[in-house]
Amino acid sequence: MPFSEPLKKRLNTIISKHETKRSALIAVLREIQDEYQYLSAESMEEAANMLEISPSSVQNVATFYTMFFTEPAGKHVVWVCRTLSCALRGAEHVEHYMCDKLGVKTGETTADGKITLMEAECLASCGTAPVMLVDDTLEENLTKERVDQVIQELRED
Amino acid sequence: MPELRIIRNYVGIKDSHTIESYMSRGGYAALGKALKMDPDEIIDEIKRAGLRGRGGAGFPTGVKWSFIQRDSKKPIYLCCNADESEPGSFKDREILEQDPHQMLEGMMIACYTINSHKAYVYIRGEMPYGASIIEGAIKEAYDKGYLGRNILNSGFDLDIVLFRGAGAYICGEETGLLESIEGKNGEPRPKPPFPAQIGLFGCPTIINNVETLAFVPHIINKGHQWFSAIGLPKNTGTKIYGLCGDVNKPGLYEIPLGITARDLIEEYGGGIPNGRKVKAISPGGSSAPLLTADELDITLDFDSLAEAGSMLGTAGVTVMDDNACMVRVAQNLAHFYRDESCGQCVQCREGTWWLEKMLTMIEQGRGKMEYIDTLLDACSQMRGTTICALADGCAMPVESIVKKFRHEFEEHVRLGKCPFENKHMGDWS
Repeated sequence: MPFSEPLKKRLNTIISKHETKRSALIAVLREIQDEYQYLSAESMEEAANMLEISPSSVQNVATFYTMFFTEPAGKHVVWVCRTLSCALRGAEHVEHYMCDKLGVKTGETTADGKITLMEAECLASCGTAPVMLVDDTLEENLTKERVDQVIQELRED
Repeated sequence: MPELRIIRNYVGIKDSHTIESYMSRGGYAALGKALKMDPDEIIDEIKRAGLRGRGGAGFPTGVKWSFIQRDSKKPIYLCCNADESEPGSFKDREILEQDPHQMLEGMMIACYTINSHKAYVYIRGEMPYGASIIEGAIKEAYDKGYLGRNILNSGFDLDIVLFRGAGAYICGEETGLLESIEGKNGEPRPKPPFPAQIGLFGCPTIINNVETLAFVPHIINKGHQWFSAIGLPKNTGTKIYGLCGDVNKPGLYEIPLGITARDLIEEYGGGIPNGRKVKAISPGGSSAPLLTADELDITLDFDSLAEAGSMLGTAGVTVMDDNACMVRVAQNLAHFYRDESCGQCVQCREGTWWLEKMLTMIEQGRGKMEYIDTLLDACSQMRGTTICALADGCAMPVESIVKKFRHEFEEHVRLGKCPFENKHMGDWS
């Protein structure tokens, strides 16, 4: 499916603000992912055309950075931190609890397509561990109660 | 040792991130002062203040700036490294979110000093809120005439742009960061050439950490004597220490450089929960070799920690109590580095993978006694043999854990299981 005109316009604005076309790649991929929830092979090829680079160099970058999805992802993405400071404060329990509540394994999306559960490496909020990033919002000092609330809110959205 | 807030002075105050708040407390006066100074005079001031990079390496900032050939025919760039991702470090996030104009003013002064007219703030992708704050702060600075053309009628022009990453620890490595801004994988470049010669888009570039830049306006305002009188000789100024893990009051504490680990944990951290004792600490972000409970009287500054075989790094201190399973700690860290290795160098790509694999087997009771020496052998082969320091960052803490807690590894192998059972995972409810 080709990009819509409004998306193309936004992408061109992004590209025009960068020093070289290539240097706009990460911002362009973020914009496309915000629109479609993931980066399909077709959209990466279209991005490659706009940036005048090969589709393989777009794929290369899209698969290097963890925040890009090249397979369909959920409407919401939850990143649970697993690294040491959070692990010392129960991050493994948080992750297991999320998996049980959502009925998915880490890396999977709920059957209704609402929530993708991911493991994050250190989210730079070690003083308020355990933490998770829910779309654009950092959830700190997680408790079971708060995790339940967050899941409820995401399911209802 | 009492807290001394220079950078964190206005944290928690309403609207502290706005330019109005910043200006109401003298913000951007240092820029006006700097624009009337000779760049060499500024470099001299920063050198004499003794400011050392707060991103991990502790390199003298004034010396770094002096590497730039200011009459270069190519454009000169400054990049602010806001890719804070080192496990145990969370100090830059607070500056970015709560008082970012200090850092922006520091960038402006740095740019004037090195004759740069274009600067980037590279913020990690997982900090969307911080990115929105920085975007707003940059706009405020343009509106007030601190960015753009002919700043404060000095004839100096400067643009600052925000660049958001997309999830990769390695982009905190300065040349990985440059690759990322160029729209590529964040794969570090061999050095030399150093970025000051060939950096962003092939042009001379300086990369400084958020906290480092935030100190700059304070030094310009108050002078090098003021700054160098704080802390210890050659380890001057305050440092934002991060305290986390098994401690009663985790958080950020700005203290003159040179507090002991024990005082930080006891006076500031309120000790260890449930009356337990310290088993180990990671003193400077996860890449630093660990210290044991017998080493807590070492002062947390650049030179003392280097002498003790560790490093201050980002001064993010992670505490592990005597319930912690050190095999599990090493395994958790190896997993991180394996996940974050860019894969360019064999020693790193394979080494981090094998360390995690062996540590997992030992933790699960499937390890053999000979794995312990194999771990040490692998660590030694990973050190100093790769393009960047990520492999070292994995090998150093793992090696220190194996050497200092070897008995725990042996016990895992002997018992055929983890002797700590589930206690090491931390409580959660």
